Amino acid sequence: MIVRQLVALLGKDLRLEWRRRARLLVVFVFGAMTLLLFSFALPETEMLVRASGGLLVLALLLSSTLGLAESFRVEHEDRALEGLFLLPVEPVAVYYSKAVANTLFLLALGPVLAPAALILYSVQVESGAIADFALIWTLAAAGLAAPGTLYSGMTSRMRGQDVLLPLLLFPLVGPLLLASVKSLNLVILGDPMDQLGSWRNLLIAFDVIYWSIGGVLYPFVCEEGT
Amino acid sequence: MKPLTWQHGLGILGFGLLVTGSVMGLTMAPPERHMGDVSRIAYIHVPTAWSMLLASTFAFGWALTSLWTGKERYDDLLAGSLEATVILAVLMLPSGMIWAKPTWGVWWDWDVRLTSSLVGLLLFAGILALRAFVDEPKRRATWTAVATIVAYVDIPLIYFGVRWWRSIHQVQSSPETVSGGMILPWRINAFAVLFITLWFIAMRSRIEAGRRQLEQAGEPERIAEAVA
Repeated sequence: MIVRQLVALLGKDLRLEWRRRARLLVVFVFGAMTLLLFSFALPETEMLVRASGGLLVLALLLSSTLGLAESFRVEHEDRALEGLFLLPVEPVAVYYSKAVANTLFLLALGPVLAPAALILYSVQVESGAIADFALIWTLAAAGLAAPGTLYSGMTSRMRGQDVLLPLLLFPLVGPLLLASVKSLNLVILGDPMDQLGSWRNLLIAFDVIYWSIGGVLYPFVCEEGT
Repeated sequence: MKPLTWQHGLGILGFGLLVTGSVMGLTMAPPERHMGDVSRIAYIHVPTAWSMLLASTFAFGWALTSLWTGKERYDDLLAGSLEATVILAVLMLPSGMIWAKPTWGVWWDWDVRLTSSLVGLLLFAGILALRAFVDEPKRRATWTAVATIVAYVDIPLIYFGVRWWRSIHQVQSSPETVSGGMILPWRINAFAVLFITLWFIAMRSRIEAGRRQLEQAGEPERIAEAVA
């Protein structure tokens, strides 16, 4: 039952994203612009190459807040979320459909931001490392989406949402950012000490914990009216 | 004059022990072999860090209880524990920096445990900010509890950080790794800061309960004003 609801809701969320694709374009341009701005702070090409993994993750994080903030805001137009709960749809299905849609949204930033970073920062990545890069990006996107969706559900109708969402989310995803930055740098710069596995495991642990917690806690959040 | 409550007793006992432990740590305990007298700041820094971890654990416990039972009393205790966590983190970080300058040569290092502690402080300060933005008491209680549970998952990373990442930070001391003369003032101050923390949480939750009652008492008047 919940799986059927989840699939239907995910279809609805993805259709919504597609119909507002001009917004997607804005987020892509915003992400690319942050990569350009970072290069002003690190003028040496050598420094840019060494920091490229971190800069990519920061571009993903900053872009994510734009997408996450919108994901629940749109549901309040015409009280759509209330209507969903009256159908009745399980709150867990609403949470996971939003979290999966947000993950896919952040995943889509990868093919835009990664080539932009390769060109702007003169980074050379071996073709064999692309699979590792894709895996780390997926884990980072999923890790940002899980708590981000939960917090977005709480703050979407609050005054000061634009301030509160990053204030709550940025410190929370600290361990995820650290592991993503280390992992991407190992993928880009090489991994002679074979450290990638442990950082990847940390990312997986973070994802498992927050995807589980999000599903358990969201019903409490929506009970009080999101 | 109002009679002293058990909460005030905790506070008096805590401050008394803190003076005793600190005087012992400054005058009677031997200096550390490598760091000398500088290490005496540990008698404040380490108990503050322990109590911060405990206060955040209390907050987690109250958050679970508040969410489970829906009783307002647990939200009051949660608010007190969150504030205690933030205050202890604000005290812990500068005391660590004062210790770091002469021993590491820098005020700050991007060591994982230092970074995690700062992240933890920002995390719990963010929850207090969230709380300040929500006016409706029931919603405020639920969202504070949810945000606290989500944030608490970060705490093990702070505590075990030094073991997982092996960095510049000293490995945690234990009674077996320090001189016998250091253990007593350390233990006294650990209980001192703990009692002060418990006193603070108890008093702060009382204030929170009073504020909530005031909000609820003011509600009919506000509704009457809105209707008029």
